Amino acid sequence: MLKISKAVKIFNKGSVNEKLALDNICLELKEGEFVTVIGGNGAGKSTLLNCISGVYTLDSGTISLDGTDITRTPEYKRSAYIGRVFQDPLVGTAFDMTIEENLAIAYAKGKPRGLTPGITKAGSAFFREKLASLELGLEDRMKEKVGRLSGGQRQALTLLMATIVKPKLLLLDEHTAALDPSIARKVLELTDEIVRENNLCTLMITHNMKAALEHGTRTIMMNEGRIIMDISGKERENVTVEWLVEQFGKRSGTELDNDRMLLG
Amino acid sequence: MAEIIKGAAELGIIYAIMALGVFISFRTLNMPDLTVDSSFTLGAAFSAVLCVAGYPVLGIITAFIAGCAAGAVTALLTTKLKIQPILSGILMMLALYSINLKVMGGKSNIPLSRLLGVPTVFSPFFDTAVEQYTALIICTAVLALVIILLYYFLRTRFGLVLRATGDNDKMVRAAGVDTDFTTIVGLALSNGLVALSGSMLAQYQGFTDISMGIGMVVIGLASVIIGEVIFGTGSLLRRLIAVVLGAVLYRFIIAGALELGMPPTDLKLVSAVIVTAALSMGTIRDKVISVTGRQNAMSKKKGGSL
Repeated sequence: MLKISKAVKIFNKGSVNEKLALDNICLELKEGEFVTVIGGNGAGKSTLLNCISGVYTLDSGTISLDGTDITRTPEYKRSAYIGRVFQDPLVGTAFDMTIEENLAIAYAKGKPRGLTPGITKAGSAFFREKLASLELGLEDRMKEKVGRLSGGQRQALTLLMATIVKPKLLLLDEHTAALDPSIARKVLELTDEIVRENNLCTLMITHNMKAALEHGTRTIMMNEGRIIMDISGKERENVTVEWLVEQFGKRSGTELDNDRMLLG
Repeated sequence: MAEIIKGAAELGIIYAIMALGVFISFRTLNMPDLTVDSSFTLGAAFSAVLCVAGYPVLGIITAFIAGCAAGAVTALLTTKLKIQPILSGILMMLALYSINLKVMGGKSNIPLSRLLGVPTVFSPFFDTAVEQYTALIICTAVLALVIILLYYFLRTRFGLVLRATGDNDKMVRAAGVDTDFTTIVGLALSNGLVALSGSMLAQYQGFTDISMGIGMVVIGLASVIIGEVIFGTGSLLRRLIAVVLGAVLYRFIIAGALELGMPPTDLKLVSAVIVTAALSMGTIRDKVISVTGRQNAMSKKKGGSL
């Protein structure tokens, strides 16, 4: 479904602050595959997602989605096929608009954005049903502004918005990192559910090693812009957090820079 | 007295159309657009020239289209050439000054006096029973039409993403929409309404002057903010009506101040003070809260066991 070959991204090229953020990344995701991505700060995880979604363009290499080369496609055009949830709960929604209006914007993805009414009766009923499936009681607050929702509720809503029109690829950039642990768990469960139901090809960055192993079907580890480990299937089933931490030390030659990665 | 109230209401209604334009750029696109000062005059210029030529209605329509074009150019400077929004507005404001003079045939003032026999949209009703209320009726009708169309437009599929652009452009791109395009359409519409307002004012007051747009952005902001503070920021319809009421209220404040003997030359100073006060209200409130909070904490400490 997704194929990245020899992706290179360099920030501040030619200056003293030059940084090789992606160093010849090759990665292929099959349909329905749910990959969790781990790695220290500055490993290139977010850069990888931002290059796939089109926020940054690659310096060299190619990205193709479902057989189409999207290396040079602008961000907004790629968005027609890619659903995204960001780390910051404020980024995924328009805070000064109602829940219903936010969903309507997401639901019109890939459809002509003309002068037809943004919210129809049928659409409204459909949104209510979808919101009810989140089990957060949001279906009774559809006319309320998103600014009044909690971080967890917003992330759940963003997740729904990212998948309400089935994307070819779902990108989750530490979408539970800013939430309380109990709420983070809830949003992760919700993520599992939505991914499974729609059989979505998913790439999820997480700081939480345990979550990386508990969710998804495959785990990759990144360091200094490279993929240093890629496990799936039987091999992955028997892996423990301790082993993962040990491997990280061995393969990257550094200690874990962030205690947060061990938590959970 | 009644005459003063009527005059303020008429002006308020005309300026409300301009304030709705400023509402689009300032609130829905979250972009302070200074083009307004000159696109207002641009509208008045086209209006005056076409009135003199005998086509007052065409003057208003042309003004709207010209305003749209001006706004679109400002948006192109911002989105495609990546010039800061404020600077784009200033550049367009400057450029339009020359263009406005060109439109006005090199004259800095065009009179549309009834005595000169220049037709306006108001003149068919002269010497009829409703003459006294002509301006009020026509301006209200135009304003009502603008509100209805705007309310419908801002709730269409395109209208929703236009409103979301100022809120969160990242989210709009994630929803597959080109935010450059929504910005261009938004600023075009905004300045179109501003120019429409200018064209109405020219025909209402009976002249166009090259400097009539100075400070228009501030008056627009004042109207938007006064409306929000007094009438709230709830639903979309409520917000639109709040802007209109804010614009009318602003004219009443000015009329009151003039009536109390304030020299008209002080008008712009007063406008600036009103907007400064309104914009800084939030910050001042936070400061006051933090100071009183600290005082409370201090007095608690004094009274405590430590």
